[in-house]
Amino acid sequence: MLIGHQTWVFDNKPVILATGTVGGPFEANGMIPNDFDLLHDNIWLKQASFEKAQQALMEEACQIAIKKSNIEKEQVQFFIGGDLINQITPTSFAANTLGTPYFGLFSACATSMESLALSAAIINAGGANHILSGVSSHNASAERQFRYPTEYGGQKPPTAQWTVTGAGCALVGKEGEGPVITSATIGKIVDMGMTDPFNMGGAMAPAAVETIEAHLKERNIDHTYYDLIITGDLAQIGREVSLDLLHKHGIDIPEEKYVDCGLTIYREDQAVLAGASGPACSAVVTYGHFLNRLKQGEFDRILVVATGALHSPLSIYQKDPIPCIAHAVSIESGRDRK
Amino acid sequence: MTDKKKKKLPPDALKYQAFQQQREVKRPLLKNCLKAFLVGGFICLIGQLISTFYIYYFNFTEQTAGNPTTATLIFLTMLLTGFGVYDRIGQFAGAGSAVPVTGFGNAVISAAIEHKTEGFILGVGGNIFKIAGPVIVYGVFSAFIVALIKTIILEWGGF
Repeated sequence: MLIGHQTWVFDNKPVILATGTVGGPFEANGMIPNDFDLLHDNIWLKQASFEKAQQALMEEACQIAIKKSNIEKEQVQFFIGGDLINQITPTSFAANTLGTPYFGLFSACATSMESLALSAAIINAGGANHILSGVSSHNASAERQFRYPTEYGGQKPPTAQWTVTGAGCALVGKEGEGPVITSATIGKIVDMGMTDPFNMGGAMAPAAVETIEAHLKERNIDHTYYDLIITGDLAQIGREVSLDLLHKHGIDIPEEKYVDCGLTIYREDQAVLAGASGPACSAVVTYGHFLNRLKQGEFDRILVVATGALHSPLSIYQKDPIPCIAHAVSIESGRDRK
Repeated sequence: MTDKKKKKLPPDALKYQAFQQQREVKRPLLKNCLKAFLVGGFICLIGQLISTFYIYYFNFTEQTAGNPTTATLIFLTMLLTGFGVYDRIGQFAGAGSAVPVTGFGNAVISAAIEHKTEGFILGVGGNIFKIAGPVIVYGVFSAFIVALIKTIILEWGGF
């Protein structure tokens, strides 16, 4: 299973049996509303707080994924997930509702692929038959924790990003119909001394580059192996910086093959500045939009590289740099399965 | 970042930061200044109108009209903040809507709305001055220093 230092190849090919994606009103107005299973017209979701709304998003995404598959909730061994909120409480409360044994993770926006990689590793090793792997984020709950109150009239720079309100969940199984998870590369912390929390794309770009390079090197493949390389939430600045860095390092991924979830989810006229962010960003766009296109036969092999900025408001106030990480998971259509 | 801090960074981090900076979208300074000037000026114009209104229709003088004018502006800000408009004005105008008293009002009111879910004592009470607090602390502190300097010069300066 382990090749090189940080890459797993899954010989037993765990399958993504079903996915559940939920979004809010801003996402409904975006570029890919048809790729969501459920869209809400209010960010409160009839809950008393934004954190509870986020919990509801996570629960719904998991329930939809189970409903869309032909397995029962009782057949799921583990729920692996996380979010951005302090001590990941929305995910833990959602895990309580699900009643499934639970691993809580925090890798900020990279949690989506971290949980998918771990789910695949556990299933590949025979540790479980079915695992729910999900993440959530909520624009208002992230704003109030990391930035200012939602109604505060502070001006954000053009490098700032918009946290996605939503949740994405993948039900990973040992066998069945669906796209297969073939490998994963676990990233290292990359710290380039970047300190601006309003430019996370620029901070996370080198982490994405490092993980992509390590993945290709350790699997001994060329970027042409993949039809599409998808980054989590680098947005406008991060995407450009990372692509230029990759080209500089001799990995000539063409522009059109290098896409970013943060630039896919919203329309250009939505006021999101550099693009989208949040754990749900890579999750809903990958599990919804890109897996739908993969199933329709548009492409066969994708590499999803979710990037995370692992700072806290405290570390920023104490003038610490932003530690960044990126985890990559390769998903292939069952079609070219031997 | 200060130069002193930059010296501590490894060379590849410095190289990356320079590489990144070339691709970073900068704040449109001149455009932002112009927007701030226009919106800030417009808010002051409304303030002047309210002030004139109080002087002409009520028993206020130019000196005493300040308080009811400020209160009215803050009341309007409260409505705009509650209806979710002020943050949009803020994104457009920047300092133009942050520097006038309406910006101070917005900072207090938005924090009060935000922390209502944590209760009225620890939530609203504990966080209402989260953003405006530093303004009050350093406003009072600098006023004290200025008063101290003035006193020293006047009392012992021999003027």
